[in-house]
Amino acid sequence: MLINFFLTLRKYKVPVTIRELLDLIDAMRHRVVYSSIDDFYLLSRTCMCKDEKHYDKFDRAFGAYFKGLEDLHGLLESLIPDEWLRREFERALTPEELEKIESLGGLEKLIEAFQKAREEEEQRAREGEEGEEGEEGDGDRPGQRGPGGPGRGKKKKARKVWDQRQYKNLDDSVELGTRNIKMALRRLRKFARTGREEELDLDNTIRSTAHNGGMLDIRMRPERKNTVKVLLFLDIGGSMDAHVKVCEELFSATRTEFKHMESFYFHNFIYESVWKDNRRRMNERLPTWGILNKYARDYKCVFVGDATMAPYEITHSGGSVEHWNEEPGATWMERFTEAYDKMVWINPTPQETWEYSTSVGMTQELVDGRMFPLTIRGLEEGMNYLSK
Amino acid sequence: MIFESTDTYISTDELSMAVDAAVKLERPLLIKGEPGTGKTLLAEEVANTLGLELIQWHIKSQTKALQGLYEYDAVSRLRDSQLGDERVADIRNYIKRGKLWDAFDAEERVVLLIDEIDKADIEFPNDLLQELDRMEFFVYELNQTVVAKQRPIVIITSNNEKELPDAFLRRCFFHYINFPDRETMQQIVEVHFPEIKQDLVREAMEIFFDVRKVPGLKKKPSTSELIDWLKLLMADDIPDEILTNRDPSKAIPPLYGALVKNEQDVHLLERLAFMNRRDSRG
Repeated sequence: MLINFFLTLRKYKVPVTIRELLDLIDAMRHRVVYSSIDDFYLLSRTCMCKDEKHYDKFDRAFGAYFKGLEDLHGLLESLIPDEWLRREFERALTPEELEKIESLGGLEKLIEAFQKAREEEEQRAREGEEGEEGEEGDGDRPGQRGPGGPGRGKKKKARKVWDQRQYKNLDDSVELGTRNIKMALRRLRKFARTGREEELDLDNTIRSTAHNGGMLDIRMRPERKNTVKVLLFLDIGGSMDAHVKVCEELFSATRTEFKHMESFYFHNFIYESVWKDNRRRMNERLPTWGILNKYARDYKCVFVGDATMAPYEITHSGGSVEHWNEEPGATWMERFTEAYDKMVWINPTPQETWEYSTSVGMTQELVDGRMFPLTIRGLEEGMNYLSK
Repeated sequence: MIFESTDTYISTDELSMAVDAAVKLERPLLIKGEPGTGKTLLAEEVANTLGLELIQWHIKSQTKALQGLYEYDAVSRLRDSQLGDERVADIRNYIKRGKLWDAFDAEERVVLLIDEIDKADIEFPNDLLQELDRMEFFVYELNQTVVAKQRPIVIITSNNEKELPDAFLRRCFFHYINFPDRETMQQIVEVHFPEIKQDLVREAMEIFFDVRKVPGLKKKPSTSELIDWLKLLMADDIPDEILTNRDPSKAIPPLYGALVKNEQDVHLLERLAFMNRRDSRG
């Protein structure tokens, strides 16, 4: 039961596990909901979604799943053999009616005639839709009262809750905007705060012990230690500027959470030098070797850039659009992967477009596939990887 | 195989094999997998199946490896000495045994579960290398070595939040619990809630036809609501061909047998289908 529903949710990337499915079934066992799809929607969302950012995906999955179900008109009938229904039908008729049926050639014949009449009616309706002029040519008209009934359609239902998609903006796979930047910040803080411990609070212990009349009373406090150190490299100049600004703000807003954070700029790709102040980029450049030697292995490297450029800018000496580079960018990138344990590339362009760009693919390869989109989920995945 | 699916747990062949190997070769078994795939439950089931005691050590972010061995409660001792308690003379009173010590010291072989090892600090697994490998450790305060009387069956779970050190991984057997396929999931649901579907289907119909009264139900559902509800309950039984072809007349053989248990149920379903037909034909 509900396994297809569960699999649909997973297909829509709602992170559900078996435990949640069992919870939902358990709730149904306790008759929390009964015979109402709207209630079921609320219940299943309560059981399956553990974060408001998944609501939108959940709504879409729910809609898709129930669309498929609703379209199955004859499901129930198909579950039941015809003769049973006939028996029930006959039971509902008066003896006189039964006699009448007999006189018309029996139930079989009658049903056949019914079906024929219905087909004809449908045929006429179709012709009407095709625009043929004639007295029965209106496809939208309810039509004659045949065995098919008027329209045979479903009842018109109010717009479904799950079709409204009111949680769209909370979805974490949309690109960062002002609205969800707060959530991104939360993820980053989480990243920065791993590995806290307790330490002895000496002042408090002395005070408390004295207060106790000399009886020892140990007081502990959480250790204030941010262990995470970050090197941030930002692609600047050109179309990237707006995105880079978002990223920069994001990281500097969490700056206090990191033990160290240094940010540097580059253009298109990393070569033998970078700079710290964009206004003086031409005269105050820092050699990349210096960075590689200065910051130890345990720094986490974060590159932000669209990685979209001509492939030779990565692969060839002298490929840079700005200056003559002695060694190709790929070599520099490899030096980074060797020098640092953890490295991610955050790409602000939409993930769907990545595969169409050769240089994005090459960069992906250079960073071992650790390229993440600039979305909340992308950031979260990236940070998860960095903090592992 | 010494461990197979039970009536409360569905095990795959691969998993049974991994448990088998770990038990026979006395190596720790590291279990990874998505949340909710029954990693923690595995240890309980293994213990049940083999009829052994289960010792559980749940790891938290601040858990230290040493806590699994023993803890020396110096603060209590200091306090006791201030109070002049007699216990203070014997250091043994202040050594608190950890889970590992319990497991090593048990007369019979036990199953030791180290749950969510990746929650702890990155150094945690490294600190347990010797202890898990040789199944012994040294207590400095007592100047005594604790050696396992029986090597416990060690099952370790990880949610993959942190990568585990290589040295640690080398000493373990490893199994990744795949996310279960449809069939296995059906079995899992069946194991937890046997016959839930049949019960719900029958009850829904009974309530609809006023056979049973449910207190608190504001209004009786309409036929279309009930039909939607039944579709929801029975959707998994609709063969894929019907879902793709949208032709329910091909649902052969009829599936009612899987859903309803006795003649009364069949009767109710009959009436419902009949009413539905009548409604839809106006």
